[in-house]
Amino acid sequence: MQNLTINDAIGQAIAEEMRRDPSVMMFGEGVATKRHELLNEFGARRIRNTPLAEGIIAGAAVGASTMGMRPVIDLLFAPFMTLAMDELVNSAGKLRYMSGGQFRFPLVAMAMTGTGWTVGAQHNHNLEAWFVHSPGLKVVMPSTAADFKGLMKSAIRDDNPVLFFIEMAMAYETGEVPEGEHLVPLGKAAVRRAGNDLTLISYGKSMRACETAASQLAEKGVFAEVIDLRSLKPLDEDAILASARKTGRVVVVHEANRMCGVGAEIAAILAEKAFDSLKAPVLRITSPDVPAPSSYPLELAFAPQADAIVAAAESLLAPTAMTSRPVLTANAG
Amino acid sequence: MNEALEPVALRAMLESMLLIRAYEEKAAAMQASGQAAGTCTSVGQEAAAVGVVAALGADDLILTNHRSAGHLLARGADPARLYAEVLGKSTGYCKGKSGSLHISAKELGVVLTSTIVGAELSLAAGVGLAASMQERDSVVACFFGDGAACEGSFHESLNLAAVWKLPILYVCENNQWQAFVHRRETMPMDQVSTWAAAHGMPVATVDGNDVEAVYRAAREGIAHIRATGEPYFLETYTYRQRGHYEPDDQGYVDKAELAAWLARDPIDRLQQNKQFSVVEIQTIQKRVAERIEAAWATAVAAPYPTHADLTADVYA
Ligand SMILES: Cc1ncc(C[n+]2csc(CCOP(=O)(O)OP(=O)(O)O)c2C)c(N)n1
Ligand SMILES: [Mg+2]
Repeated sequence: MQNLTINDAIGQAIAEEMRRDPSVMMFGEGVATKRHELLNEFGARRIRNTPLAEGIIAGAAVGASTMGMRPVIDLLFAPFMTLAMDELVNSAGKLRYMSGGQFRFPLVAMAMTGTGWTVGAQHNHNLEAWFVHSPGLKVVMPSTAADFKGLMKSAIRDDNPVLFFIEMAMAYETGEVPEGEHLVPLGKAAVRRAGNDLTLISYGKSMRACETAASQLAEKGVFAEVIDLRSLKPLDEDAILASARKTGRVVVVHEANRMCGVGAEIAAILAEKAFDSLKAPVLRITSPDVPAPSSYPLELAFAPQADAIVAAAESLLAPTAMTSRPVLTANAG
Repeated sequence: MNEALEPVALRAMLESMLLIRAYEEKAAAMQASGQAAGTCTSVGQEAAAVGVVAALGADDLILTNHRSAGHLLARGADPARLYAEVLGKSTGYCKGKSGSLHISAKELGVVLTSTIVGAELSLAAGVGLAASMQERDSVVACFFGDGAACEGSFHESLNLAAVWKLPILYVCENNQWQAFVHRRETMPMDQVSTWAAAHGMPVATVDGNDVEAVYRAAREGIAHIRATGEPYFLETYTYRQRGHYEPDDQGYVDKAELAAWLARDPIDRLQQNKQFSVVEIQTIQKRVAERIEAAWATAVAAPYPTHADLTADVYA
């Protein structure tokens, strides 16, 4: 094991994949400046700065990928992905199907998002569900340094376009990362903590709030199972259903807003496939339906916090949970 | 257009440039000491902001980007409300919702600031369209960087403005940097005006570190727009003296290039060439320093938004 920042864990994953596969390359605005260790090792043909133009960055990745390259592109901050939407959604997501399976698009598009840097809504927008809703794309949003490495390596090897989201607040935090070959499969959730009383399902930075909440609940004798989705598409339905059938109570937590978010999909899956096991309504703790504010106190109010999760969990465990609607907290949106 | 500028006008420009410099250096120092979040400064580019804004009239409009403090202050923004916005306070121009990156101030005619690089170019077309439809006399000044010129929206905007005859003054601040990438890595020629000229509009590239030259060039462009209703492209050739944002160690910056541009600092040049008296300069500097300290103190003392503000202003 080594201790790496999440940013370095990603860099290590890319370096290892570039060593084993000459078709892997990386480009984006400032990539060669900021990842100079990659530039030094692999040279200016495979690690490139680009002009400031997300559409052509993504378009070039889509075109190169179908011809046998495996590009990793850094689109910097998630809102800038909107300038690459046509290339990612209309081309990468559709042209395989529309061509009757003639083409494949093994590319990774990464971007940062999330509260913590008070950068405001044009740098921070948890728009991961947009891509989940788009056919032909895969979406990952890890929460541990080890998973960032393992999922990046799997994403690069995958033959489909993968959107790779990084919480900016976590990018320079360190964590344990296995050395060398460490692959985390796409589409597999991780049970971070086992418990029988209720299930907390989350991803990204909100996992921390869930783990804090789970610790606080444990002190009160309530044992929450905590599931880290890691991949949002494919979504690990089996893990979600297995835990819900065991505990009967589920809270989904994410920083993206509620309406049509990943939590909505999970609630629907549970209603369709685990209705008989549910002892209480599925709850969602999310940000409200507003653009992310800059002001620090508003950022805190915007993002799901542990106390709201504890309150939601306790409301589900109250004897009346099935009959009276639990009171949602302020940031339950 | 080459008559000498009134000493009063020049003194006002000097004071405006010193105010911008002091404002941004304070913001950078507060970031370094952990009292404020990072911002993008325009240190070294003050002449571009002040020269263009001084040439605008009261009904003219400004669109700008992430590096906007100079444009705002030159237009008369209150540094206390700018600092308040940087600190996320409710008294900021955007009630703390923006932070430093997208400060607009409708009351000053600074509309639709966006930190999506190139967005101001798209939006300026619409602001210019409205001015033309409503038969207002407003010129729309759109500030953007050399990096923004690499976005498709640059070409889309210039083309639409040319064919629809929109009253837009495009102001490209070519500061040689696009975040962490040198301009020379991203475009084959040195001047953005080469691209603009291909869109069939009059263009000028001016020494962006000479406030008088910028002012004169802007006046000429604005006169053309008022006379014809058609767009004009002005490039101010300048340099970003500090990092892309605070903090930034500028490890990737060529030291000789930086030194050469520091020697052409727009404020030093104005102070030296125009031989303002030492006393005069000291008086202005003191006034500016006091204003900045007072503004910072006011912003620090201001309240944060409340919980209820989180969901305010989403819909009209
Ligand atoms: C669409 C988009 N892509 C990338 C960024 C990140 N970014 C912010 S400023 C900047 C450089 C802009 O360069 P330029 O237009 O020359 O303006 P300057 O910063 O030099 O004033 C970059 C890459 C962004 N804000 N928006
Ligand atoms: Mg620039």
